[in-house]
Amino acid sequence: MDTLFLIFQQTMFFTIPLLLVALGGMFSERSGIINIALEGIMIMGAFTSILFISLTQDKLSGQLQLFLAILIAAGTGILFSLFHAFASINMKADQTISGTALNMFAPAFAIFVARRVGGTQQVQFANTFRIDSVPVLGDIPVIGPLFFKNTYITTYIGFAILVLSVIVVYHTRFGLRLRACGEHPQAADSVGINVYKMQYAGVIISGALGGLGGLVFVVPTSTNFNATVAGYGFLALAVLIFGQWHPVKILGAAFFFGLMKTIAASYSAIPFLSTIGIPSYIYKMIPYIATLIVLIFTSKNSQAPRAEGIPYDKGAR
Amino acid sequence: MKKKIDSIGFMSSLFAIIVGLLVGFVILLVSNPADAGAGFVTILTGPLTHGSKGVGQVFYYATPIILTGLSVGFAFKTGLFNIGASGQFIVGAFAAVVVGIKGEAFGSAQWVVALLAAVLAGAVWGAIPGLVKAYFNVNEVIACIMTNYIGMYLVNYLVSTNKDLYDKIHNYSKSVANTANIPKMGLDKVFEGSSVNGGFFIAVITAVVIFILLEKTTFGYELKAAGFNKDASKYAGMNEKRNIILSMAIAGALSGMAGALLYLAGSGKHIEIVDSLAAEGFTGISVALLGLSNPIGVLLAGIFIAYITAGGFYLQLLNFSTEIIDIIIAVIIYFSAFSLFVRVFITQLKKRREEKQEGGKK
Repeated sequence: MDTLFLIFQQTMFFTIPLLLVALGGMFSERSGIINIALEGIMIMGAFTSILFISLTQDKLSGQLQLFLAILIAAGTGILFSLFHAFASINMKADQTISGTALNMFAPAFAIFVARRVGGTQQVQFANTFRIDSVPVLGDIPVIGPLFFKNTYITTYIGFAILVLSVIVVYHTRFGLRLRACGEHPQAADSVGINVYKMQYAGVIISGALGGLGGLVFVVPTSTNFNATVAGYGFLALAVLIFGQWHPVKILGAAFFFGLMKTIAASYSAIPFLSTIGIPSYIYKMIPYIATLIVLIFTSKNSQAPRAEGIPYDKGAR
Repeated sequence: MKKKIDSIGFMSSLFAIIVGLLVGFVILLVSNPADAGAGFVTILTGPLTHGSKGVGQVFYYATPIILTGLSVGFAFKTGLFNIGASGQFIVGAFAAVVVGIKGEAFGSAQWVVALLAAVLAGAVWGAIPGLVKAYFNVNEVIACIMTNYIGMYLVNYLVSTNKDLYDKIHNYSKSVANTANIPKMGLDKVFEGSSVNGGFFIAVITAVVIFILLEKTTFGYELKAAGFNKDASKYAGMNEKRNIILSMAIAGALSGMAGALLYLAGSGKHIEIVDSLAAEGFTGISVALLGLSNPIGVLLAGIFIAYITAGGFYLQLLNFSTEIIDIIIAVIIYFSAFSLFVRVFITQLKKRREEKQEGGKK
């Protein structure tokens, strides 16, 4: 039972960043802008916020520091995503090219600045954010160890954002307009929606969640940041498609990917799996193979926003 | 008419390069004003200051990225975004290394067999996203991202579990046989001390072959037609499914060849067992974009990127980190995405000038 709890807790560490970033991608794609720059946005968000944690270590610690870091991560993500928004919306650039450029820029920038500030490319930080057990709630049998022990405040923020996303996308005027822009921008425009504004909103939200996702990825799994988020931004894109652009399904997809990642990372500690003796590479491959297979079955009637990736031009019909 | 478009394309690439270099200069200025000037000169002329060895190294770096650039560019021309060059590259490298280690029976032809094996393996790996796109409508970008990771983990798995291939102490693949290394073809005499080899000639010839294929053959025309408008090409009686698969397979073959050319270069390269994607694949995207997907443009862009990357190595002598080069390349790519804007801007400028002239006549 204890192993099971441990696996679950570990899975959460991998699931939450995927969930956040994929939700970010969802907002952007729902508005019609493909955001392949999520990987770069994660790196930038993680970099500035971890650097902040590292530099303020002697003055700050605990949840207050983490909270400030969260704001910095999201803010950085927004700023960085504006480059993508400007290129794809104002300049009508190819969205994959602009995204690729940002993905290349982010790690180079992070290494460069880290070297200037600290001399090395790694940014070390002390993790003072782990919550051993949430008071009262942690003592509940089963649910306590699953959700309220060995956890981070970011896990709850992740779930809160999930709930918020469902409400925003499906139950607000903003969400309806956003979806309209991704499906048929001309129609949206004809009823007075400012398509460019909505697309900016979509990309900015993806920037905030992407940046936050970067921080949330690094904090529980490492004690230094080395200008990489290990392809999690790309993985989040897969989660987004696996989850068919729907928030709740995205949670399911993120959990599946997170579980596979956990198994790949710690299968030798799991008695049942270590006796089968399947090499870790197989577990590492499974999420990608599974995504490919799911795509094969779902792409014929894909739920992808219809107008995504096509620069919106007011004059075109 | 065609020439006009090309010259505008060239202008927009030039514009992107200038902006990229300017940003690089600003970063140098901010980080160390005293050495910024010297640093900028190093980026621009670094490889030339080290004699024929420096120039040879540029061609050596350029060889694999010209091919991944051709791979991405070829797919672009046929309407597909091959972000999977990285996976195709490493799968090709793996095939080349396997033949390079185990295929001593081929004698002096070993490197040719290894090269062909890499081309084939890359083609198969590239064909997968093509197949799922043609028959199941799967977006090739996502399929390529998946095959990148699957290929990387698969190669790591296959190398690290095979005693004949795996050098456990160094955690990389064993060295290939001497007969598997691509012959120098005289380049070692011209560029003494550098790692450049016959692979560079192979890259140049391949670029020319791809150019002819795309511009001078019916087959190339069909592939491009499928890229321009899938439905129209189908209506015209072309087999659009077959064309998509073939386009991706050829793109994959080119990336696979890139893998062989790097790991059979005789420069002491081994497949390292690390969980990260091959950078050459992503550099190929930059090369293709900068070269406007034109095979000859890709050739020049590959040499250019290799040139400033080599310049970046010499930057370290001035205590600047080489990442500046990556930043410059990223900025160049970002601004090359604005080509549409530059195009519109230039045509408007021309129009205005023409109008003015006409106005003057009246």
